Amino acid sequence: METLVTLLDVGFFAALVRISTPLLLASLGELLSERSGVLNLGIEGIMLFGAMTGFTVAYFSGSLWLGVLAALLAGALAGLLMAFLAVVLGVSQHVSGIGLTLLATGLSFYVYRLVFGQPASPPNVVPFRPWPVPVLSDLPVVGPILFNQMPLTYLALLAVPAVAFLLYRTPWGLDLRTVGENPRAADAAGVNVWRMRTQALVIGGAMMALGGAYLSISQFNAFTFGVVSGRGWVAVALVVFGLWSPWRCAAGALLFAALEALQLRLQANNVLHVPYQVLLMLPFVMTIVAMAIVSRNARAPAALLVPYRKEER
Amino acid sequence: MSAGRDVAMIPDARPPLVAMRGISKRFGPVQAVADVDLSVAAGDILGLLGENGAGKTSLMNVLFGTYAADAGTIEVDGRPVAIRSSADALAVGIGMVHQHFELVPRHTVLENLLVGRAGPDGRLTRAAALERLARIGCDYHLELDPDRLVGDLAIGEQQRVEIAKSLVRGARILVLDEPTATLTPREAEGLFRALRSMAARGMGVIFISHKLGEVLALTSRIAVMRHGRMAAERANDGSLSKPELARLMCGRDLAPPEKPAMAPGAPLLVLDRVSARGRVPLRDVSLALREGEIVGIAGVSGNGQRELADLVAGILPPASGTIAVAGRAVPDPSPRRMQALGIGRVPEDRLTTGMIGAMPLSESMALPWIDEPPFSHHGVLDRRAIRAFAAAGIARFDIRTSGPDARTGTLSGGNLQKALLARELARGPRILLAAQPTRGIDVGATEFVHAQFLALRRAGGAVLLVSEDLEELFALSDRIAVMYAGRIVADLPIGEASVERVGLLMAGVEERAA
Repeated sequence: METLVTLLDVGFFAALVRISTPLLLASLGELLSERSGVLNLGIEGIMLFGAMTGFTVAYFSGSLWLGVLAALLAGALAGLLMAFLAVVLGVSQHVSGIGLTLLATGLSFYVYRLVFGQPASPPNVVPFRPWPVPVLSDLPVVGPILFNQMPLTYLALLAVPAVAFLLYRTPWGLDLRTVGENPRAADAAGVNVWRMRTQALVIGGAMMALGGAYLSISQFNAFTFGVVSGRGWVAVALVVFGLWSPWRCAAGALLFAALEALQLRLQANNVLHVPYQVLLMLPFVMTIVAMAIVSRNARAPAALLVPYRKEER
Repeated sequence: MSAGRDVAMIPDARPPLVAMRGISKRFGPVQAVADVDLSVAAGDILGLLGENGAGKTSLMNVLFGTYAADAGTIEVDGRPVAIRSSADALAVGIGMVHQHFELVPRHTVLENLLVGRAGPDGRLTRAAALERLARIGCDYHLELDPDRLVGDLAIGEQQRVEIAKSLVRGARILVLDEPTATLTPREAEGLFRALRSMAARGMGVIFISHKLGEVLALTSRIAVMRHGRMAAERANDGSLSKPELARLMCGRDLAPPEKPAMAPGAPLLVLDRVSARGRVPLRDVSLALREGEIVGIAGVSGNGQRELADLVAGILPPASGTIAVAGRAVPDPSPRRMQALGIGRVPEDRLTTGMIGAMPLSESMALPWIDEPPFSHHGVLDRRAIRAFAAAGIARFDIRTSGPDARTGTLSGGNLQKALLARELARGPRILLAAQPTRGIDVGATEFVHAQFLALRRAGGAVLLVSEDLEELFALSDRIAVMYAGRIVADLPIGEASVERVGLLMAGVEERAA
């Protein structure tokens, strides 16, 4: 037990925040989509596509920020495609989402191979470095945990209140929530349902791709085929865990990241003498347990999964 | 063309608030609206009548921009306007209160009011909305607490939110599609008061309803649609009567239900001190239904009527007491068993526990017996038999639909009810259980439904009629049982029942034994 406690030092919490970054971005992106009534299961593929695009553009331009911009654009485009399928054509959201993941995954691998071939050692970039916030980073405890992070981590942390503000304090957010609950009511109030859903998917897609790009140009310094490894699916679960609220969703992302950080430390210290695979499972097992508890009173947006057709009663 | 043009000529030559001219709208083979003119002046309350499928709702949906008209023009204040969406309609001051409220139950009243309204600075203009809401509250008696969740409100209050939504947007023309179908009489009174004060302040109101009495009492003009055309338009100056309106709507005279005196026969269904769990628990319910008898169940919604209906249908198991059908106790009732014992069921929720909206009508109509011949043999459906059964019902009951293959959900309320009756009566039930059988359906269809009940009664069957429409109960019932808080508080022969007495019993006023 004592060893466990010693594991939970400042470094642990700093790692937790770092690890939560892609989950925060992706789950908030998913949350926006779902709040508009569209489940975007393309998330896993979009994250990978963002990781690949961000890395490739950063590699050739030498600018990480250009990479970020490219990832955002790639994600927005993927969101647009999802909107065309699920909103305009009204295809089943499950099918179009999984299809999009397959497409984006294949496309990412294909483009990467096309550009880089099969090098002996994967090409890499110099990733983002921490940006200590002046003054604040010198604070004890909080400083190193919150204010000595990568720029994209700050973005992810700021995205939580930003999304909450957008959803609950702006007319756009109210319209979006109404579209996700009762699109007919929104339509009757003069809101363009398709436009709102498309906007949510485009913004959401960009956030997912940014989460992916964080992995390839900030957390790591290269793109690998397994770089996302299920984080998109975790983000989908986090939205349910968070009962479609950005704050709770962020709390879920931090919880998952804490378990991940813990399992990394346990692996490194090997204090528990269990096979490392068990430790790898830990965050996922805990997620399932937490989901089972919290999701009992989960109520999805009422119009989630329902395509909107105007002249149908 | 119609009398409408003459009435629309207002002496002071001010243009009407809204004028629709030559509106036509076709859905596939169905001409829903054909060359219709309609206008509303400031201060007018126009009653729009018509049978189900006469085109009233389609016409209003054109006005509100939900449907695009195939032909015709709309003018507001004498100026032609193009209304292509609800946003356009709202922008020119047209608001609509839909029959099924367009609200988000999980949002607050204020959030429901503000949707679709960006403030000038891109933020919610909460203050402005609150101020308007307060003004609407005192101008029109539409008080609302802005912070309550809409899902927690009573139906009448939800309707106020729906009306306030239009008013907050500055609507000057308000369309209400069957607004009183689900209101209690008290709530309806409140609504009428609000509509009158709106008209008095120079708004125009279009009021769609099947309840002729209401329309006569409330409106200043009455327009009647039939088969997509404007059949008549008259000033409501006291010269109109219910039978005349009914004739204008149906194109024929409606016969009042004929109920010959009959001596009731042997008991068909007997409930003896039955209690059951449920949202409103049933307590010691005793009731007998005899051959040739229609027993009405009166009560304010939510006093156990739904549970009673579910009990008789075999859906809700009794906790104690006995149920007997045709003299034999049913120890373990189930929907199947009750059905086999000759109980037909016309449920309150036509599209949830009645039929399946997404299925073709033919399958919905064969559903209770779909696993028996002739509808299936050895576990394989016989589509031809299913379709033939539906086609026979459609023909016999004059159900307006494109055919047995039409999606069940596309049928109007009245036609859906006819289809349900056709289904339940096809197997010759001895007992018919009918809950709110004429809610939201027009006078023609209502007459038809009532005639079926009386025919069953004449043939020695029995009807258990659960209804919140007292007029209906008094017209048909041989006895009226009143429910209050899960009990039957009175079981009166029709000769001893009066609207006043039943009304008091419904309100929970106890009668002292004489």
